[in-house]
Amino acid sequence: MDALKEELKNKIIEQLNLEDVTVDEIADNDPLFGEGLGLDSIDALELIVMLDKDYGIKLSDPKEGKKIFESVETMASYISENSSK
Amino acid sequence: MSKGVAITGMGVISAIGNNVAENYISLVEEKKGISRISRIDTVHHDAIMVGEINLSNENLEKTLGLTPENNYPRTALLGAIAAKEAVKNAAIDDINEYRTGLISSTSVGGMDMTEQYYYKYFEDSECQKYIDSHHIGDSTKKIAEQLGIQESFITTISTACSSAANAIMFGARLIKSGKLDRVVVGGADCLSKFTINGFKTLMILSDTYSTPFDEHRKGLNLGEAAAFLVLESDEVVKAQDKKVLAYLKGYGNANDAFHQTASSENGEGATLAMQKALKIADISPNDIDYINAHGTATRNNDLSEGRAIINVFGENVPDFSSTKAYTGHTLAAAGGIEAVYSILALQNNHIYPNLNFKTQMEEFTITPQTKAKEKELTTVLSNSLGFGGNCSTLIFSKKA
Amino acid sequence: MSKVYINSVACISAQKTFDNSTFLDEVIAHDSNVISVVSPNYKEFIPPAAARRMAKGIKMGVVASKLALQEAGLENVDAIITGTGMGCVVDSEKFLSKLIDNNEEYLTPTSFVQSTHNTVGGQIALAIQCKGYNFTYVHCSTSFESAVIDAKLQLENNEEENILVGGVDESGEHTIKVHSLINHIKSENVKSSELLKSNTVGAVFSEGASFSVLSNKKQNTSYAEIADTQTFNTLPEKALEKTALDFLKENNLELSEVDVIILGNNGDIDFDHYYDVLSSGILKNTQQVYYKHLSGEHNTVSGFGFWLASNLLKRQEIPEIVKLNQKDISTIKTVLIYNQYRGENHSFSLLRKC
Repeated sequence: MDALKEELKNKIIEQLNLEDVTVDEIADNDPLFGEGLGLDSIDALELIVMLDKDYGIKLSDPKEGKKIFESVETMASYISENSSK
Repeated sequence: MSKGVAITGMGVISAIGNNVAENYISLVEEKKGISRISRIDTVHHDAIMVGEINLSNENLEKTLGLTPENNYPRTALLGAIAAKEAVKNAAIDDINEYRTGLISSTSVGGMDMTEQYYYKYFEDSECQKYIDSHHIGDSTKKIAEQLGIQESFITTISTACSSAANAIMFGARLIKSGKLDRVVVGGADCLSKFTINGFKTLMILSDTYSTPFDEHRKGLNLGEAAAFLVLESDEVVKAQDKKVLAYLKGYGNANDAFHQTASSENGEGATLAMQKALKIADISPNDIDYINAHGTATRNNDLSEGRAIINVFGENVPDFSSTKAYTGHTLAAAGGIEAVYSILALQNNHIYPNLNFKTQMEEFTITPQTKAKEKELTTVLSNSLGFGGNCSTLIFSKKA
Repeated sequence: MSKVYINSVACISAQKTFDNSTFLDEVIAHDSNVISVVSPNYKEFIPPAAARRMAKGIKMGVVASKLALQEAGLENVDAIITGTGMGCVVDSEKFLSKLIDNNEEYLTPTSFVQSTHNTVGGQIALAIQCKGYNFTYVHCSTSFESAVIDAKLQLENNEEENILVGGVDESGEHTIKVHSLINHIKSENVKSSELLKSNTVGAVFSEGASFSVLSNKKQNTSYAEIADTQTFNTLPEKALEKTALDFLKENNLELSEVDVIILGNNGDIDFDHYYDVLSSGILKNTQQVYYKHLSGEHNTVSGFGFWLASNLLKRQEIPEIVKLNQKDISTIKTVLIYNQYRGENHSFSLLRKC
């Protein structure tokens, strides 16, 4: 699980081009949207593609992403429960 | 800046007809032009529906009398057909008799060819003729050639889904200020893999018929179209005793400055655009008899636009409907075809129904017109809202 | 009708032009067929959260607009009007190549969203929260002029007071490659100093952004007055002199009153003869200036021409590096700019000392 979280943090930084953010700066429970990392609706769509491409999880409604992408913690647990890869 | 702007000609080609008359028949008979895609080979074939024009490039080339070595992308072909219809409708024999300009608009330009030949350009010199028709000003150049406009002012506007409305707006400014006597204005966009996939990534494409302003709306249908108007100054109208189809009474453009793609929830940009247009037209909201809404059927647009309409019209929201369920969202051309539909509504005193509507939206109580309605119309307002926060409103009237 | 002034200039180009404390004091000699801009430190101007999605062209446009606002002493404007000939080609190429390479799968929205032609105008509006009029003109080599014409109309009629007007074009890898295929780009490297002697087809491609605040209120930062700008989609060579004379006449000017003519020669042997018509014809005895050996060629490079004209008029000096001939002029009062690209989309602009 820790390895997955680390992996997700790296991917988030890379995929969303967060040049000035390091893995250490993202705590597992930090909110990704709004206050925390300040991600927006476009980032959510980027993360939906990442779920599909890297973990074989398809979301058909962007609204589903809201709960899943709350934090690295919630993402990791959703992926470990649902991943087909 | 007191001069009037007369509309003396119009032309349109869309999924519901290849000219103005055919489009009007479909609107009245409530025939939508939405189907599975047939002209583009895409993996999303079964996941989307589109408003496709039922003519091949070869057909369009033949209509325009082009030789096989032409390098017209589909956008230019569609644009030329609609612009020629508009000029013919305005009974113009000698295009260069008056100072005549062309303001066109598109968002994809020659992308349909670029996406076919992206790598092939390096292997096959035959297709290299399309390299220089990629940039979007090229389609305007070709339309000018088709109309015979020479040594004159032509330009292209690209502000995403409000493009054609903005072309009409700028044309009006040029007439009002006396810079031009006559200007052909509008826009064209063909379907392309680029836009299909782009909107797909935004997850705003419906897998079935789009349902503007419906609580359960699932997104938009993309479409392709072109539409042009001929705007003329009072002097030309008088000198040639021209028949005037309608007047462009007001226009407004504002920016939502909220997000690169999404509209603000309170619809601030659209509110400002409508208010500016009413001010230029020097009329009150009560004078608007019908609103041809942008109404794309995305969750975001319809909520934002609906709230903007309430901001402007309060308790007295006029009849409104979106015609996107007929044609699909034709991007840069949308403001153009909807200008034609607004003028047709005025001419025929006919309000088109907002097709496919079933369920009232929860966020507000305004409901689109769901049945065709005959009613004396004097003034019609049309909205076009796009990426980059771009919001535009045009007001058409029977009165000068 | 109000007069229209250029109240600030900001130009990012293949020279270090973004710093207005200098004026072509040091010139970079290029030796290539594709040249890039000298970039300011974009990070100083764009917060990281916004910058992370921006390709170079968007950064250039946003920073040039901020510099222009700064110099005019403004936080905001009434309208933003942008010109771009090719749009956001870097993001377009990125999205399209992924689309083709991955057969329409696993595509993400960022590059699509950023590829829209009005991205720069939209991003500037977002950055300064400008809710006013926002247009983007995309018309080959007259994109920038179209923006100027629109702004000028609104300012003359007192509809707005301050309008941010600019042009921006960025280089994209695929765009460069395909334009090399059809010889729009020179096949050989060319030294800046020898551009007009190259005797070959094509141009030296480049990129850049230039923004200005145009206003109907003159202020102490004002550079010049824009008297007129006109564009012509076609113009046969034989009509060129007459069109230029008519243009001057409409502005109540005699040929002899033009102090400097700025020409858009780019060293393309197939099309430079348009400029020759004027430089060896009616404007033979006028001080001639050129700039594309410094800036390279792109669709909105005439913004560099405006930047140059503005500086000539404000500073009352002509750097040797841009002179095509040597004439004695005591005061620079009137500058005429003529540009075309590949024999199409011709433009004449007239700037005056203010």
